[in-house]
Amino acid sequence: MAKFKKKKGGETPAISTASLPDIVFMLLFFFMVATVMRDSTLMVQNKLPAADQIQKLDKKDRVMYIYAGKPSSRYADKYGNQARIQLNDKFATVSDVGAFVLAERASKRQELQDVLTTALKVDGDTNMGLISDIKQELRQVNALKINYTTRSGDYTQNTKN
Amino acid sequence: MAKRAAPEVNAGSMADIAFLLLIFFLVTTTIETDSGINRKLPPTDEVVDPPIIKERNIFTVVVNKNNQLLVEEKPMEISEIRQAAMEFLDNGGGKDEEACSYCKGSADTSSSDNPVKAIISLKNDRETSYKVYIAVQNELVAAYNDLREREFTSLNPNIGLSYMEASKRYSDPRYVSDRERLKPLLDEVKAMYPQKLSEAEPSKNN
Repeated sequence: MAKFKKKKGGETPAISTASLPDIVFMLLFFFMVATVMRDSTLMVQNKLPAADQIQKLDKKDRVMYIYAGKPSSRYADKYGNQARIQLNDKFATVSDVGAFVLAERASKRQELQDVLTTALKVDGDTNMGLISDIKQELRQVNALKINYTTRSGDYTQNTKN
Repeated sequence: MAKRAAPEVNAGSMADIAFLLLIFFLVTTTIETDSGINRKLPPTDEVVDPPIIKERNIFTVVVNKNNQLLVEEKPMEISEIRQAAMEFLDNGGGKDEEACSYCKGSADTSSSDNPVKAIISLKNDRETSYKVYIAVQNELVAAYNDLREREFTSLNPNIGLSYMEASKRYSDPRYVSDRERLKPLLDEVKAMYPQKLSEAEPSKNN
């Protein structure tokens, strides 16, 4: 009898968690590779308009961003509620756009300097006047490739309020 | 002389460290890639003598400060503009060397001669809302894309791709091998319906 008892004895063995770090590391590497850091904090409202005839804007190193819109609620009492331009982390005026583009262009590698795209991330409720002024500035510094960044969706969303 | 095995390193906290890193990356990152409508601005240098363009080859779209549309002197809704632009581009009213062999339009003599000559001029007011402007741009680009789509499928019935899929694949680095094959096909339809969309400087008062 004692012979058999020996084998039956003991509790259920604990589940090995040795492979848990491997699994977590795998997830970690996935997220590290698949994601991009948000490089500037938004100081303006940025609800992009919707469009469906869109092209992807890949190759982050060839893109410079210009944000525009009403200052977000945190900055509203300091900067008012007229639409403003944001370059990097600062509010800027239209006349700063040219210098910003030239500085950005100078910071890129030589072979990329001619293929840069300017992505305009503008809030849907902005007036076209501001955007036209930005476009005129961009023409002055010969930054002719632009991209109106939108979110994908049906255009009819834009006509509703 | 007892051969003692080296004591095992306790790896129990490894998972905690990895989790911490994982959560950090989860919080600080965003997965989205941006997309939008690509446009090219005209260069600033003044053209000495601008080419003369016939009135019938220009399709004027005006968006006023109340976000209303005026297309070829007539008010219009945004939902109708795609069709109107397609009819204009595909009209093919030209004769002889200006004739358009692939157009399926009504060949109206008061509308465009040839899609290669047809220009869409988009004008906006300084107080036009950006999202309405984008909606109009979107619909005009859609008109071009629809026509290119039609020609692409009729020229390449066996390719199994639509124009949009083909151009997406062309710019996708995962399909580099298809690039050589797709480029002439895409360039052909692009030459048939070149995107001539002019954005005029906005008017200050109207």
